Amino acid sequence: MRARVLVRLKPGIMDVQGAAVKRALAGLGFSELNDLRVGKVIDIDLNEPTPEGAHARVGEMCRQLLVNPILEDYTIETVDDLAPRGAAR
Amino acid sequence: MRFGVVVFPGTWSDCDFHYVISEVLHQPVRYVWHRERTLNELDCVILPGGFSYGDYLRAGAVAGRSPVVEALREFVSGGGLVLGSCNGFQILCEAGLLPGVLTRNECLQYRCQSSHLVVENVDTPFTRGLRAGQVLTMPISHGEGKYYADPETLARLKQQNQVVFRYADANGRITKASNPNGSLDNIAGVVNPEGTVLGLMPHPERASEAAMGGADGLLMFQSLLGSLVEDGSFLKR
Repeated sequence: MRARVLVRLKPGIMDVQGAAVKRALAGLGFSELNDLRVGKVIDIDLNEPTPEGAHARVGEMCRQLLVNPILEDYTIETVDDLAPRGAAR
Repeated sequence: MRFGVVVFPGTWSDCDFHYVISEVLHQPVRYVWHRERTLNELDCVILPGGFSYGDYLRAGAVAGRSPVVEALREFVSGGGLVLGSCNGFQILCEAGLLPGVLTRNECLQYRCQSSHLVVENVDTPFTRGLRAGQVLTMPISHGEGKYYADPETLARLKQQNQVVFRYADANGRITKASNPNGSLDNIAGVVNPEGTVLGLMPHPERASEAAMGGADGLLMFQSLLGSLVEDGSFLKR
């Protein structure tokens, strides 16, 4: 089974990286930007036959290492194919 | 007093701490490799600065789950003293041995400069030789030193007097301009409720001889030695 973890800074935590990227985009003329926040994607391939089992194990990984709950929220998706979805070509 | 200086892949202040402890303080010290699990014979374990495991994932995250840090939990519950500086502070927070977390500097720049710290809590073995309100000068050198804790944790820190150092100006005034990284309430160092685990972003080991430009960092080590000699309990362990 494959799983994808999306890690985001919690609402209310200042995202200095996102703010810098937003300023850079504004400098390129993207003046319509309201907000921009940067997160992380962690793709995991694990020996776990069911989505439920994978979800439980990856959740445990998030709690023990992948996520700092003081700063970050996360979501877990189990996916069949970890190729970038809708990647621009 | 027997010191251990922990070395992770990517640690860079280990030799500096080792030098100060052995050559300036003349105390026994040994390096502790990050895979070690036996710390029994030590009185104080130092987690030095650097970029442990490349700071991958988050600063201090991987080191915070390493064998030596797991062993630190038992060491601390047995009354051992732990000092984490810079990356060592980040590791202690990631391991949950200290509250809060260190995040990217608000200015987004790596800051390597001299900083002034005002001493808030002198009721710890690391600071008991200092005066409350005393201003120390020590260098900082970090990109992720902005201390953050949620409002409940911050209130508890204040209530239990766990904030040990705050960034200040040369006169000890807590100002926004003297905050080099955007830390909450100018917090530069905190201690656990028992007072035995101290984390701070500045580098006391880089301010421990006149030739380094100042020796205020040495005052912390001298507090530590004084506490142990007077108390004696650490020497008996």
